[in-house]
Amino acid sequence: MFDEAPKPLVSVRDLKMHFPIYAGLFRRRVGEVKAVDGVSFDVMEGETLGLVGESGCGKSTCGRAVLRLYDITSGEISIDGREIGAMPQGQLRPMRPTMQMVFQDPQASLNPRMTVEAIIKEPLDEHTDLSEADKRTKVAELMDAVGLNRKFAKRYPHAFSGGQRQRIGIARALALNPKFIVCDEPIAALDVSIQAQVVNLLEDLQEQFGLTYLFISHDLSMVRHIATRVAVMYLGKVVELAPREGLYAEPLHPYTKALLSAVPEPDPSLAATTERIILQGEVPSPSNPPDGCNFCTRCPSVMDICRRVEPDYREVQPGRFTACHLYNDTAEATAGLEAHKSTNKEKIK
Amino acid sequence: MPDGALPVLDVRDLKTVFKTRAGEVHAVNDVSFSLKPGELLGVVGESGSGKSVTMMSLLGLLPSPPADVRGGTVGFGGKDLLRIDAETLRSVRGGKIGFIFQDPMTSLNPVFTVGVQIMEPLRKHMGMNKRQATARAQELLELVGIPDAKRRLLDYPHQFSGGMRQRVMIAIALACDPQVLIADEPTTALDVTIQAQILELMKELRSKLGMAVIWITHDLGVIAGIADRVMVMYGGQVVEHAPVHELFGNPQHPYTRALLKTIPTIHGERAARLTIIEGQPPLMVGPPTACPFRDRCDVAFARCAQEVPPRYDVGHGHDAACFFDANTGAPRDV
Repeated sequence: MFDEAPKPLVSVRDLKMHFPIYAGLFRRRVGEVKAVDGVSFDVMEGETLGLVGESGCGKSTCGRAVLRLYDITSGEISIDGREIGAMPQGQLRPMRPTMQMVFQDPQASLNPRMTVEAIIKEPLDEHTDLSEADKRTKVAELMDAVGLNRKFAKRYPHAFSGGQRQRIGIARALALNPKFIVCDEPIAALDVSIQAQVVNLLEDLQEQFGLTYLFISHDLSMVRHIATRVAVMYLGKVVELAPREGLYAEPLHPYTKALLSAVPEPDPSLAATTERIILQGEVPSPSNPPDGCNFCTRCPSVMDICRRVEPDYREVQPGRFTACHLYNDTAEATAGLEAHKSTNKEKIK
Repeated sequence: MPDGALPVLDVRDLKTVFKTRAGEVHAVNDVSFSLKPGELLGVVGESGSGKSVTMMSLLGLLPSPPADVRGGTVGFGGKDLLRIDAETLRSVRGGKIGFIFQDPMTSLNPVFTVGVQIMEPLRKHMGMNKRQATARAQELLELVGIPDAKRRLLDYPHQFSGGMRQRVMIAIALACDPQVLIADEPTTALDVTIQAQILELMKELRSKLGMAVIWITHDLGVIAGIADRVMVMYGGQVVEHAPVHELFGNPQHPYTRALLKTIPTIHGERAARLTIIEGQPPLMVGPPTACPFRDRCDVAFARCAQEVPPRYDVGHGHDAACFFDANTGAPRDV
């Protein structure tokens, strides 16, 4: 994988997805929810990009917008060398086999009145000219690949447990030999002992079929396990993007730092010694974000400039991107950065 | 436990069965535990392990039918809660025992202001008049850290965010100075940064008010941070029970050990591959005749399929329901 320089399979530039708000007697447009507001990232071939953030930060909308399940407000999305940002849905259809999605709720994303075989076969019906017998063979192969007993092909989703249903969803996503799969919180609805089974399966399939994942999750410890690089979103924007090791060892953005410190660790002695950063207040509304930096209302290292000027999203160290004024070259920023780093060190001790 | 304090709540051999068309589901099987004044008991388990049903049973909150609390005793304030009349039980619930539910979205009534909902237990259980109740309600909202409490009393639940609603739920549960607070997955529906706020609040409230707490969760990380003692449930049974440092430092039951290995962490070594627990949780139809974990266990042997393992005492207030002794690496004698 590391022999040649990795090239991006998916490239997103300044993606915006705004949903209009209508109100009043004449249903006039009174504003918009800026669910995704200027997001840029690349997903390299064969890697897993983790996309983390709290609920309402726009991570799921971002994943869906990248696959053009929405008509996006603006921005460029290139997948496998083709620009699909502005492509009409009709032209997108032949592109669909290369990009697939695994949904969060395996209960809601499987039709209860279709058998497992029919569910996995549906993409083949829509996009291929295979004979009925070939499709059946393919379905059986897919069921093997995701660890489902092929004898159960004629059963309905209700007869399966949550983990098995998620396997059905994964088999369906794999049916058309995709290159890129968006996994939208694929394990959030599963029990702890089942989550590991599904994550291991996703990793095996990635190796076997050379898949590229965008793995959306709020579970920071699971993302540390599965992702190659991690992007952290807050209020519609990516605040930090970095290789896994660097991000978890030394988070650059104050929000990433607070988020990591809030994750409860299953170790009572560690829990007693680590200093938690408790963020005050709540996430502002995405229909009315604050001036300047989106995080300025809760940031422990906030400076004057943060409330006035929106920070640029830029590469501050090789391979590490962040949008924060602490990394500006001013005296105030340097002093703030020192304070930010010293709390980092305390935490490691 | 060696230290002398009498337990505030003492549950012995609790047994709950649900009658369904597929047969009787034995959701809680001979669960015993006690809670000392001021301590926090964590109850960990996956969905369907019986942790919520246990707590609902002891407060008589399960609809019957289908539920049938078959046996056991629940000692609280010198009475057995399973054998007192409905009226007395109602005065205990929400009075001396407070309850916080998982989902703050559905457990508040959307058509009443939060003020009315906080005042309800105060007027019913404490016999306060409206003015006293309003003053106390405002005090409670301030206690749980809701700014501008006086004005917020007049707001409806939808005007609060998830974390704030959970604070309101906590305020309601605390209204009558409960001796015992039962919190059923109170932070599961919340984001991590909000969860951290609520956990911090709980620690503060406990040191201020000194009540005993039962905290139900599936998140071992949360338990590690707040619990004094932990009870691990699987298949409707208590499989392991220990002080928190013992449980994480010296887990005895194969299920606890597997669970601790399964979850990835954000500090420490990153495993190349996650350890998995093969198979599915048990169905629990029919009374238990064997160890519920035997099909997924890596040390199971013949006896595990023939008898239900009792809870063996392993010292330091620690017990585990397993025929296999993790310390010697051999089956236990009797």
